[in-house]
Amino acid sequence: MATTAAPDTQLTAQRGWYKRNEIAITPWLFLLPAMLFFAVYVIIPIAQSFWISFHEWDGLGEKTWVGTANYERLLGWGDQNMDRKFETSFWNNLKWLVLYLLAIPAGLFIALFLNQTVRGIRLYKSLFFFPFVISQVVVGLVFSWFYLPREGLLNAILGFFGAGPVNILGDPTLATYGIIAAGLWPQTAYCMILYLTGLNAVDPEQVEAARLDGAKGWKMLWYVILPQLKPATFIAFVVTIIGALRSFDLISVMTNGGPFGSTRVLSFYMFEESLSEFGFRMGYGAAIAVVLFFIMLGFIVYFLWSMYQEEKGAR
Amino acid sequence: MFPTPLEKRPRSAQITYQAFLPLALIIWLLPLIAVANFSIKPEADFVNGNYWGIPSSFEAFSNYGKVFFESNMPRYLWNSLLITVPTVIGAVALSCMAGFALGVYKFKGNLLIFFIFIAGNFVPFQILMVPVRDLTVSLNLYDTKLGLVLFHVAFQTGFCTLFMRNFIRALPFPLIEAARVEGVSEWRIFVFVVLPLMKPALAALAVLIFTFIWNDYFWAIVLTQGPDAQPVTAGITEFNSQFRAAYHLMSAGSIVAALPPVIMFFLMQKHFIAGLTLGAVK
Repeated sequence: MATTAAPDTQLTAQRGWYKRNEIAITPWLFLLPAMLFFAVYVIIPIAQSFWISFHEWDGLGEKTWVGTANYERLLGWGDQNMDRKFETSFWNNLKWLVLYLLAIPAGLFIALFLNQTVRGIRLYKSLFFFPFVISQVVVGLVFSWFYLPREGLLNAILGFFGAGPVNILGDPTLATYGIIAAGLWPQTAYCMILYLTGLNAVDPEQVEAARLDGAKGWKMLWYVILPQLKPATFIAFVVTIIGALRSFDLISVMTNGGPFGSTRVLSFYMFEESLSEFGFRMGYGAAIAVVLFFIMLGFIVYFLWSMYQEEKGAR
Repeated sequence: MFPTPLEKRPRSAQITYQAFLPLALIIWLLPLIAVANFSIKPEADFVNGNYWGIPSSFEAFSNYGKVFFESNMPRYLWNSLLITVPTVIGAVALSCMAGFALGVYKFKGNLLIFFIFIAGNFVPFQILMVPVRDLTVSLNLYDTKLGLVLFHVAFQTGFCTLFMRNFIRALPFPLIEAARVEGVSEWRIFVFVVLPLMKPALAALAVLIFTFIWNDYFWAIVLTQGPDAQPVTAGITEFNSQFRAAYHLMSAGSIVAALPPVIMFFLMQKHFIAGLTLGAVK
C-alpha cells in the first residue's frame, strides 16, 4: 500500500485529474465491461426484435417492411381469424402459469415434512432436492420413458391398481398436463429448498410463544410461520412464474409440440416459426416473442416494484 | 421450530416418520430410479418384456462403455466443459466488478442500472433469439463454442450482478472507508479489501452458473449444430437417434449427461443453496 500513499506532488497534471475524480470515475470503469456485454447481447437485441417484428424476413436476404401485418395475422385483427396455433399456445401458457404455481405449496409441504432433526436428514434433503440439478432435457427424457405406454413404469403402477393403460404424451388432451407434471418435479424441489432455508430462520421464540397461546397445526402455519416465510415465498413465486413462461426444453424433448400441435406454448411456437424445417419466418417469430415479452413484462414490473419498495426501506 | 420436533412427539410418531421417510424418497425419485434401472439392463430384458423388474444380468459396464467408446458422447461432454468453464469465469469476473461498482458507490443512475440488469435477467429468451443468432452469424461465430460462451457470459451477468451487488452491500462499509482514509486507491480496495471477503459469494455463483450453463439447451440448439461445438444437452438428441429405441443405452447416456452438475452439487452443496436463495433467505 506504500506506493499509493506517496505524495501527489510528483504526479503529472493528468494523473492528478484522475486522482481528484477517482471516486466519480471508478464505478463507471468497473461497470463498463458488464454494461457493454449486457447492452450488446440483451438490451439492443430486445429493441431489434421489436423492429424485426414489423418486417417479413427469412433471416438471410433483405427485410421487407410490412407494418403491423404480423400482429394482425397473429391476433386476428381486422377481418382475419386469430392464428389457431397462437391461440393453442397462449392457452397452454396459461395452463403452465396456473399449474406451475402448485410447486409452491407442494414445496412448502415437503419442506415441512423434512424439517426435522433425525439421523441422515441432510442426505434426505439433498436427495429430495436433486431433480432440480438435472438438466431439463434429461428430466424430459426420464419422464417420457416413465410415461411410455408399454415400457413405462407409470402404466405398470396403474395396471397394478387395475386402471387401464394411458398414453399420456400421445393424447392431445393429456399431453400438456403430462409435461407440466414433469416440470413440476424439479420446480417443487427448488421451492422446497427455498422454504427449508426459510424455515431455518423462523424465530423459535415466536413459535414457542404461539404454542403457549395454544396455536397449533394450520393456525400456527398460517398466522405465525407463513408471515415469516414471506421472503422465501416471494422468490419462489418469481422463479416459478419465470420458469413457467420459459418452458421450452421439456416440450421440445418430450413431444416436440405434438400430438397435433396440442402442447405448443408461445416460446416453442416462436422457435418453430423462426428456426425449423417449416421455414425461417423471423418476422412472424419476432412478433410472437414480443407478445410473450409483454406477458412477462407485467410480472417483471411487479417484481421490480416489490424489490424497489424493499430498497427504499433499506435506505 | 415448526413443525413440532420429533423428540417431543410420542414414540409411535417417531417410528412412523422414520419408516415413511425412505418410502417418500423412493416415490419422489421413482422416475429416476426407473431410468437408472433401465441403464444397467441387458437388451434382452426389453425384448422379453422385463421392463421394470430386476435386471436379468448386470450390464452397466457394457452399456456405459458403449456410451463412452462407441458414440460422440465424450466429445459432447468435452464441449460442454469448454463452454461452461469459460462462461463461469467470465460471468463471475464481470459481475464482481459491476457488483462492486453498484454496491459501494453512490452515483446518479446507480439504482436504474441495477434494475436494468435485473429486468434483463427475467426477459424471455425468445425475444433475444433472432437478433443474437444474427449477430453471432455475422461475427462468424455461429456453431462455435466461443459464440455460445460470449452470449452466456452476457446473459448470466444480469443474475450474477444482482447477487454480487446484494452481497457487497451486506459487507461492513467502514472497512472500505478506513482503507480510503489510508489513501488506498479504489481498484486496490477492490482487489485487496473487497475481493477476499467475497469468496463465499464467488463459490456460490460459480457452482450455480456451472449448473445453469451445463443444463442449457435452448441456446445450444439456436447457436450451434453438430458435434464440433454442441454441448451434451443438445448432443443427447443425436445420441438418442443413433440408438433409437435402445432404452438401456439411451438411459445410460442421459445419466452420463446429467452427472457433472449432480457431482458439483453434492461437492459444494452449502454454496449451491446459498446461491439459489439469492442470498435473500438466510
